[in-house]
Amino acid sequence: MSSRFKFTPRNILMGLVVLAFAAFLVNAFLTDPELFIKQVINGLSQGAVYALIALGYTMVYGIVELINFAHGDVYMIGAFSALTMLSLLGISEKSPPAVIALSIAFCFVLSPTICAILNAGIERAFYRPLRNAPRLAPLIAAIGVSFVLLQVGLIWGGLPRDPFIYFGGSGAQPKPFPNLIPNINLLTDVFGLNTTFAITAKQVFAIGLALPLMMILRLFVARTTLGKAMRATAQNREASRLMGINVDFIIALTFIIGGAMAGAGSIVGGLYFQNAQWNMGFDAGLKAFTSAVLGGIGNITGAMLGGFLIGLISALSDQYFATQWTRAVVFLILVLILVFRPNGLLGSSVVQKA
Amino acid sequence: MNRKLFARKFLVLSILIIAVSVVIAACGGAVPGATACNVKIVSSLPEQGGAKAQTDTMVNAINQALGDHGATTKDGKCKITYLHWDDASAALGQWDPAVETANANKAVADTEVLAYLGTYNSGAAKLSIPILNQAGPLVMVSPANTYPGLTKTNGAEEGEPQKYYPTGVRNYARVVPADDIQGAVGARWYKDQGFASVYILDDQQLYGKGVADVFEAEAKKIGLDVKGHEGIDIKATDYSALATKIASSGAASVYFGGIESNHPGLVLKALRAAGWKGQFGGPDGIFTTSVIQEAGSDAEGMIATAGGLPPAEVAKASPAGQKWLSDYKAKFGGDPEFYATYSYETMNVILAALDRCSAKGTVTRACMRDEVFATKDFNGMLGAPWSFDANGDTTLTTMSANVVKDGKWTFISPLK
Repeated sequence: MSSRFKFTPRNILMGLVVLAFAAFLVNAFLTDPELFIKQVINGLSQGAVYALIALGYTMVYGIVELINFAHGDVYMIGAFSALTMLSLLGISEKSPPAVIALSIAFCFVLSPTICAILNAGIERAFYRPLRNAPRLAPLIAAIGVSFVLLQVGLIWGGLPRDPFIYFGGSGAQPKPFPNLIPNINLLTDVFGLNTTFAITAKQVFAIGLALPLMMILRLFVARTTLGKAMRATAQNREASRLMGINVDFIIALTFIIGGAMAGAGSIVGGLYFQNAQWNMGFDAGLKAFTSAVLGGIGNITGAMLGGFLIGLISALSDQYFATQWTRAVVFLILVLILVFRPNGLLGSSVVQKA
Repeated sequence: MNRKLFARKFLVLSILIIAVSVVIAACGGAVPGATACNVKIVSSLPEQGGAKAQTDTMVNAINQALGDHGATTKDGKCKITYLHWDDASAALGQWDPAVETANANKAVADTEVLAYLGTYNSGAAKLSIPILNQAGPLVMVSPANTYPGLTKTNGAEEGEPQKYYPTGVRNYARVVPADDIQGAVGARWYKDQGFASVYILDDQQLYGKGVADVFEAEAKKIGLDVKGHEGIDIKATDYSALATKIASSGAASVYFGGIESNHPGLVLKALRAAGWKGQFGGPDGIFTTSVIQEAGSDAEGMIATAGGLPPAEVAKASPAGQKWLSDYKAKFGGDPEFYATYSYETMNVILAALDRCSAKGTVTRACMRDEVFATKDFNGMLGAPWSFDANGDTTLTTMSANVVKDGKWTFISPLK
């Protein structure tokens, strides 16, 4: 790598920017290592949620070159489905641990299923008829679907308190997610270490669930026949059809998997952030989409990397600048990276598309 | 043939209607007839979103005031109608600038509207005051706005409050004390409770940042250590990084300058999840039941100041207050929220001004403005007679200290 590095003004500038960031981070780390690591874990935990949502964006883009704007709102519907179920079953932090574990497991079946069906339904109803239309048409359709889902969320949020115990009041208010993962510090409470350092059960839960899910998906696309068919469809739809691949089915499958990942993300997010709100999909979707672009849109590993990076940058910016600047910092870094790597961090050509 | 006849009939009828309405309009103006004088009083409050629980009881109290007064002026000359307009939109889940502006314009266009009761949010008042100011001016009285810059220079930005009054005539008054008082009282209260330090957050809006800035200035003056002051991202759902930062700063308390829709509950939850054990509180923007619902069990022990006293305290302060509270409960079957008291008082101030105008025979917007501003030693139910000063501010300065106990806001003590 170093042998190919050329001292063009652009590369020198890039080097300086990277050095400045590195120096800043090292300084921050040395000033208060404990705080720095805490924030890194915070960032990775929220990044795990963004990464799960980003997968849906990146897979869909990879295969049909469509930015599915409704994806963030599918995530919101997933969170509301889980919350509705928990409401009706009356699950709260006071329920017996076995019941809580079972209900979380059930959420992980329910929300991904609903999100997968919804996402595939949206594709079938709105995007498939527009597949050969000019590219702006499905894009606008996606924005339209997003607004429809937002309104559904607004009405859904207004469910009566009785019997939906976590709803009630105005549809626009954030709905409290029960605190099902206890607020315990694994280091002191479980391992009995004497430290002020904290890794909470929730953080382990968020990262520990997201990572294996993404790994399985990555293996699925890389190793299975269906995965191969997806990659083939992404590279050349016509040739794939001629080879006997059912292209419509493969595209539907992509939406199903993307939706399921958003559904899983909504449970991780709901239990980690402890709230659900009708417009949560917009902000999460924006950050997840940014993650996908940062990592190289169309690239699954890139989306994961991007998600974790965006979470990390947000948390560090919250700590070392100020919360009101975080959005600006995130996008500034995105722009800087895109200037030097227009295809994102890992996006090289179409070869890696999935 | 038939068609022509119909057209002619229609024409004659139209002319008749126009003639009659012109006569009615003429009577309804400067010379109120026995039945032709119709006065409308409108309120513009956010009746959807996080503030709904509060504003529903405000509208109830206004209706109650009108019911107690009677639907005509004391001399029986004018018929009074009260209309409650919503200045929120479902999409924003709180007051909407577009809706508030439309409400103000609608009030201006309807010549029968002689008083504008509202707004709930100071940001909304910023928009409607100048519109109403250029229409008569049409008088506006708020039961809840606390941003100082609406009426005075203390705690205001450059050019305030003059820029809200393009005609140079004041047309806005409020029944609650402003935030230059509330923020400062809050800071002194934090200090009195023995907190060594405070971390200040705001929602980057007019009201929230305004009251947080006043709090900060007073805190520095009285030696309460300010560990930091920053605006939060109100669209975010994850505040864990911010919470870790505050926890690591060692702040003994947090002051959240902002309103209930901008996630005070989520910030509090994140702080508790980060292991922070300090005191969380804020101004009257977080003094609503929806914040308690949002924060869940973490809400316990949260504190807030509020401009004025809660209904139960007002009831203790005077026999009139006692009667109001029991009447309210009997009529609407529930407890009034904080600003219901002030809404009742506001409506009574407006009705009293209207009675005086009617008695003089000049039921006009100009007379209404003069009479509202002339309110002096008003013996309502707030415990002591009060007046409007030249800026339209109340002479009352009593605030209340409140804490969440058993999932409900509970009054602790009055603050000066």
